[in-house]
Amino acid sequence: MTEEIIIAGFGGQGVLSMGKILAYSGIMEDKEVSWMPSYGPEMRGGTANVTVIISDERINSPILHNFDTAIILNQQSMDKFEKSVKSGGLLLYDPNGIIHHPTRKDINIYKIEGAAEAAKQKSSKTFNMIVLGAFLKLKPIVRMDNVLKGLKKSLPERHHHLIPMNEEAIKVGMEKLIEVQTV
Amino acid sequence: MEEVKLMKGNEAVAEAAIRAGVDAYFGYPITPQSEVIEYLMAEEPHKRTGMVVLQAESELAAINMVYGAAACGKKVMTSSSSPGFSLKQEGISYMAGAELPCVIVDVVRGGPGLGTIQPSQADYFQVVKGGGHGDYNLIVLAPATVQEMADFIELAFKLAFKYRNPAVILSDGVIGQMMEKVVLPPQKERLYDEEVDKLYGSWATTGKKNGRERNIITSLELVPERQEAHNHHLQAKYKKITENEIRFETFNCEDADYLLVAYGSSARICQKTIQLARAKGIKVGLLRPITLWPYPSEAINKLADRVKGILTVEMSAGQMVEDVRLAVNGKVKTEHYGRFGGMVHSPDEVLDALETKIIGGQ
Repeated sequence: MTEEIIIAGFGGQGVLSMGKILAYSGIMEDKEVSWMPSYGPEMRGGTANVTVIISDERINSPILHNFDTAIILNQQSMDKFEKSVKSGGLLLYDPNGIIHHPTRKDINIYKIEGAAEAAKQKSSKTFNMIVLGAFLKLKPIVRMDNVLKGLKKSLPERHHHLIPMNEEAIKVGMEKLIEVQTV
Repeated sequence: MEEVKLMKGNEAVAEAAIRAGVDAYFGYPITPQSEVIEYLMAEEPHKRTGMVVLQAESELAAINMVYGAAACGKKVMTSSSSPGFSLKQEGISYMAGAELPCVIVDVVRGGPGLGTIQPSQADYFQVVKGGGHGDYNLIVLAPATVQEMADFIELAFKLAFKYRNPAVILSDGVIGQMMEKVVLPPQKERLYDEEVDKLYGSWATTGKKNGRERNIITSLELVPERQEAHNHHLQAKYKKITENEIRFETFNCEDADYLLVAYGSSARICQKTIQLARAKGIKVGLLRPITLWPYPSEAINKLADRVKGILTVEMSAGQMVEDVRLAVNGKVKTEHYGRFGGMVHSPDEVLDALETKIIGGQ
């Protein structure tokens, strides 16, 4: 198994930490992982993205132009990464703020109303966990108990009381997933 | 049980330095290697091992602090990224002349000038061929994984002290910024002066002891005959390093029709290219130099007898390709490919370049 994922959105949406939790979860399952962030000027107030690879084998290139999965959280990232999904791959996006919806016919497309659901939960901070839940529903590459362990590892101890809330958010994401098209 | 952590390359360098029993780190922050000093400051290693961590007022100050501590026989290091490494050149040349062991980590970004903070491998010439003045060589190690960022700290110090020579870990923004699994080495004790004397000989300025001449550390020798003799001594040392310390690894070279030569993050990218190429029936192998100086010229020369063409892949306009061509010595077509100025080539782009520049060009 090798899953090559790009997560892309605005800085502050929790893109990098979502990737980090996935990577930690992979380690908990004894898999190989790599996490390669964008760290350039775009991080200062613009778009942020991270490439996460989880694999049973040793990972070679941490830099990719094509992905099994793209998790897209803003229009700029949609413009940049819709074309980078491998044919037959998965595009998961939050429609909040998206004007030009994806048009490709050769990939699986799903929506998750992450921003709207987070607002309902009255905590914008769980947004990325809702999206992560939606992804894990589609591709259960790591087990839920390991995600929780990963969450624990990547959160500083003073935030550990927030873990139940994040677990709840992951479940919400799993339930609220909307299918757009499958191939 | 071994300790597996998820760490950035820069963080792995910092933690490995503490665990290697390093006496002091002097540095100045610069993207994309600032996590080294950030991690060290947060970790407060003076509480763990007594290691000194100091943010100097500039890169120049930092490298000269390294000179001072190294002259006292201390295990000392600094780190920077390209523009900062340029600033350290004078100190590095002085240390090469004075034969001082130290480790310098360079997490390369795009240039020239302030350039960009994105990854690059365009400082190969600077680090491998000198950069400072005079006939000197630095031992240069090129990690390709976060694990090697950690492992090479100990190795670099071992080589630096064995040969009394500065050693550089030449990394780039990809390896510095990415997180991977890393197994950390066990904590080593820092050494006492007497232990350093015993292990590496009594050359450091640790105070004159009874029964030996005073030790002098200097890179100045105004009498030309003596300076020439000193240079002969250095060259003999470099020859010994070249004979004993070349390191490289090969992937899929056994049946390869074509050879890629790449180091650091480009070598990782090339491994993916090999998968893509072999899926198309193109037999490609990779030679990855681990030491950039001394360089695995002989290994490349031998492979040149067996392959139809060689593509060097580096994030530069073509620097290491000169060493590959010297090694190949005209035996087989050798070309360069690489994105640069902060852009990173993808595995597919490398495959395209192989097909157009080497395979199609035959």
